[in-house]
This record gives sequence, structure tokens and C-alpha cells, in this order.
Amino acid sequence: MNTDAKLPETEEGTILFNTDPIIVKDHYEIDYLHSYAQDSPFFAGLAGKKLLGSRCIGCGYTYATPRGHCMGCGAPTSWVELPQEGRVHTYTTCHFGGEAFLKETPFTLVLVEFDSVDTLFLSRLIGAEPDEVRIGMPIRARFRRNCQFKPTDVYFVPL
Amino acid sequence: MRPVYMITGGITRFAKAHPDKDFRLMVKEAFEYALADLPGLDRDLIDGSVCSYFSDHFTRQPMAGAMVQDYLGLCPKPSRRVEGGGATGGLCFQAAWEAVASGRMEVCLAMGFETMSRVNTWKGNEFIALASDTNFDYPVGGFYTGYYAMMVRRHMHEFGTTLEQMAKVAVKNHRNALHNSYAQQPALLSVADVRGSSMVATPLTILDCCQMSDGAAVAILASEEVAQRLCQQPVRITGIGSGTDAMRMADRPHGEVPLLPHETAEEYRDLRYPGVHSFRGGRMAAKLAYRMAGIIDPGRELDFAEIHDAYTSSEIQTYEDLGFCRYGQGGRFVDAGAPFMANLDYGLTFSGEGTWPRLPVNPSGGLLACGHPVGATGLMQAVFAFWQLQGSIARHLGDAALQLPDPKKGLIHSHAGTGTYITVTVMERV
Repeated sequence: MNTDAKLPETEEGTILFNTDPIIVKDHYEIDYLHSYAQDSPFFAGLAGKKLLGSRCIGCGYTYATPRGHCMGCGAPTSWVELPQEGRVHTYTTCHFGGEAFLKETPFTLVLVEFDSVDTLFLSRLIGAEPDEVRIGMPIRARFRRNCQFKPTDVYFVPL
Repeated sequence: MRPVYMITGGITRFAKAHPDKDFRLMVKEAFEYALADLPGLDRDLIDGSVCSYFSDHFTRQPMAGAMVQDYLGLCPKPSRRVEGGGATGGLCFQAAWEAVASGRMEVCLAMGFETMSRVNTWKGNEFIALASDTNFDYPVGGFYTGYYAMMVRRHMHEFGTTLEQMAKVAVKNHRNALHNSYAQQPALLSVADVRGSSMVATPLTILDCCQMSDGAAVAILASEEVAQRLCQQPVRITGIGSGTDAMRMADRPHGEVPLLPHETAEEYRDLRYPGVHSFRGGRMAAKLAYRMAGIIDPGRELDFAEIHDAYTSSEIQTYEDLGFCRYGQGGRFVDAGAPFMANLDYGLTFSGEGTWPRLPVNPSGGLLACGHPVGATGLMQAVFAFWQLQGSIARHLGDAALQLPDPKKGLIHSHAGTGTYITVTVMERV
């Protein structure tokens, strides 16, 4: 037994923003071991400059953004290569954003429509000023050379 | 199922920040207000609660609902948390309705809050955007305003909706809020003010978007027996509906419009639906709620609506989902003046088009002017609708300007994601 026990004193302190009420800075971060699971072939495809969608083996409905099973009939889908040329279905230029994206602003988002594909694909558009973008504008896919295994490995430019 | 009534409610002022109160104290304030407004109701009569808050990221306190329950002195009664993005409050209200309608509880407390000031706005935007598909949507856009901007761009393309029509929604809701002492951002604006404010995501300016807030709200629901015994002016909940849509808006299919009773397939023969210009989940929610409430033509039978106007554009899109006007006519519905209060001067002239009877939308000021503390918002709408139907607006706001003369039926509407979860609830004066 030590009745004189003491915690060590340190040089670190709490970052205080305000005293009444007391507001302190509180940091939190985490690493996830995130699996793309059944969507993995899409991201592998990006490394090979392929844009993969999925087609229902039951009803033939074709998804630009892949999914393992059909939303309509529930059957499994098979992988299909999407065309690398499409059109702007709709668009916006973001001048503000979430914290992780602030340094990239302004950036232009498009939903891409492809011939013979039933759904759309969300992507970035570069190479066009915001006021040059139009619904129906033809665009084509480009891929990063150094794949990051993220959906931003593919982006679109004016055709 | 048995009849369910709202018997009292309370809200805190919505504000950019309430640093002097944590979430528990904010809910406590709204709760005490609700109890004080209904003498005869005390905590012993409350059988349990449902708690509404959207994001554990904002509170950095999982199980925060349990902490509210004990702070209010309701332990060991049953409670649970409900979560569904922006629709969290609406889902909570409906969960409390289910508890009473099923006979499980006689009196159920629906309570909600959000403390969004605990992080910077751009971090808050990130937390909200994490409620989009984190494999395919978040890493590309990471910003809900961007998603809504794309939706309205397509709405403009399909239907000719204009920036001025969107701006008029902001003028309306901020102007209404000048008479709402609970609102975060009341203002007298012009169309030029809205279009001239900072661009957030083309074509949405900062005044086209609601603000993050701190705030809380509660609604207390009860069986008919309790409502008759305790409450002079209970409000009956006559219609409940909810709907969903694909999380990724890029996946929204094209198909046929689910028709409301006053519509025909012929009028939508050429409409590719819903795509990204309309909210199929909202149409489903409306259809179910109208069926339960026996509403045939909502635009003529409802006296007002409190709808989820996170963006001016989504208010216009929602008029159409709810059948206040046909799909594609939302902009003209604004130009006609239909969703404006009859007694207020907005500095606008209306088209005089007589197609639609007046149906005030967001007399409270909506999310655009009241703010959007997510978990509290749907319940705030319930409280305003309750006061409106009670005729007690003047007593609660100290200002009678927002009191409609003789409202009998009102609608509240809560909306999440890009239309991913949507609730519609019809409330009626008894």
C-alpha cells in the first residue's frame, strides 16, 4: 500500500475553445477494413480501364452502377462492359462540399446515361467550364493511370 | 388498430448553436413545455417513448436516446431509437402512432433532437453525405446539395421549372418565419436576394438550402380514451403512409406513375417516371396516407401542409409527389401563389392562375427558415400542425399571423436521402 500515490503530471493540456460553458476540442478517427465484397470486380475493372455494369440474367435489365442482384426481379446479375461514351443526363458544379472534398471545389458532377443501359452512373466531369455543360452533351470515360480502387478512378471529359 | 390523437407538443427554438445545453436538456425543455401545455398530463401517464436523432457522428454518443430517457425520468419504461436520415422525425412520429394504435401504449412520447453545431459546417456536410452509398456516391460527390442540384437540373429540363420559381419558395418560407419566434432564419427576401446569394451547387444558392441547427421537439400521442379525458382540443391522426426508393439516385428506374385517386394514367402518358426529377417514395407515402384518411383530392381537401423543404427545389418536387398539382406543374403552382399565406405580403405578384385553390405550404417557415436539426425536424412539423389545427398558434408564438382561419386537415411530410425514406401523416381537428 502507498498512501502517497500520485499520477504523473504531463505537459499536454486540453484545447479549450470556451469556458462558459466549457467547450473543448475532441478528436476522433478510425481506419476501416472495408470490403467491396460482391462489387469488387467493378473496382478491379477500373484498373484495366474497363467500366463494368451488371445485367440481370433473369429479365435483362442493365445497371450502369453495378449491383449483384436485380432490383426488379431478384435474380443474380452478370458483369457486362459498359460503353465508354455516353451523354450528360443531368449535372451540377459544386462550389462547396463535405470537408474531405473542399480542396477539390469547384468540381462538376454528372449523371451519365449510356445507350442500351437502363440506369445512370454518377461521375466527375472535367475539361468543360460549368457554363459549357449541357444535358445531352456527349462525353467519354477516361481512367486514372494509377488506380486507387475508388469510383473516381473513372471520370468523364467532353467528346 | 384504434384511433390515435396528438394531445400536446413542444419545441425549443432552432438555432445555429445551443452550446449552453446538451441534447438531453434541449429535449427536456421541449418536454416540459408539452407537459405545461396540458394540465392533467404528468410523466406517470406516459407509457414509453420513441427517440429520434439522425447521426451518432454529431452527438459522438451512441445510445443517446437512452440518455434522454433517463434525463426525463422515464426509466424503466420502454423506449427505443428510430433512425432514417432526414425522415427520422417523421418515422419517429409514426412509430409512436403504432405504439398507441396497436394498444401497446395508452400514451407515447415521440422525442427528437440534433446537435449539429458540434462540428464545422463542412464536417457536418460530410456526416450527412456519408448517408449516401459510400462505395459509389460518397467518394464521387460527397455532398447532398450536389445531388439535389442534379435532380432539379433535370426537373428544369423536363418541365421548364425556373430559378425564379425556386427562389419564390425561399421568399415564402423565410417571410412566413418572421412570425415564428422558434425559427432560426426569418427574413424578408426578394427573388434577387436568393439568386444573388452564394452559389453552393449550381443552380442552388445558399438561400435555396436549409441550415444546420441545434434543436429539439416532442409530440405526445394518446388513445381516444386518454385524449378525451385529458385534452380539450386533441388532434386526430387520420392517415399514415411511408415509402422508399433506391439509395443511389442513379438507380432510379423509369416506369408508370402510381396514381392518386384524382389523377388518370392518360395525363402522364408521356412522363418517364420517376427518374431523378421526382420522388417515388413520397408518392407512395402520400397514396397510403390519403387512402387511410379518405382523401380523394389532396389539393382541395387539405387546409395546409408542413413539408420537408430542405431545398427550394425539393419543395417544388414534393408538391407534385403529394398531388397538390400534377407532375411537372410545381413551378406554376408557385407562380400562381397557391402555397402562399393569404394574409401576408411577400413583395411578389402572382399569375392569378385559378387552377389551384390556395393551400399554404410551410406556414411555419419550413426547414428553409426554421432550420433543420434533423431528428427534431419531423416532430417540429407535427407540433406546428397540432397548434395550427388547435387554433392555438397565437398563444404559442405570441403572434396570430400564421394562424389559418379555420383549418380542419393538415399534412406533415418528412424526407430522407435523395427521397430514400419518406413519410406522410394526415392530422385532423376533431
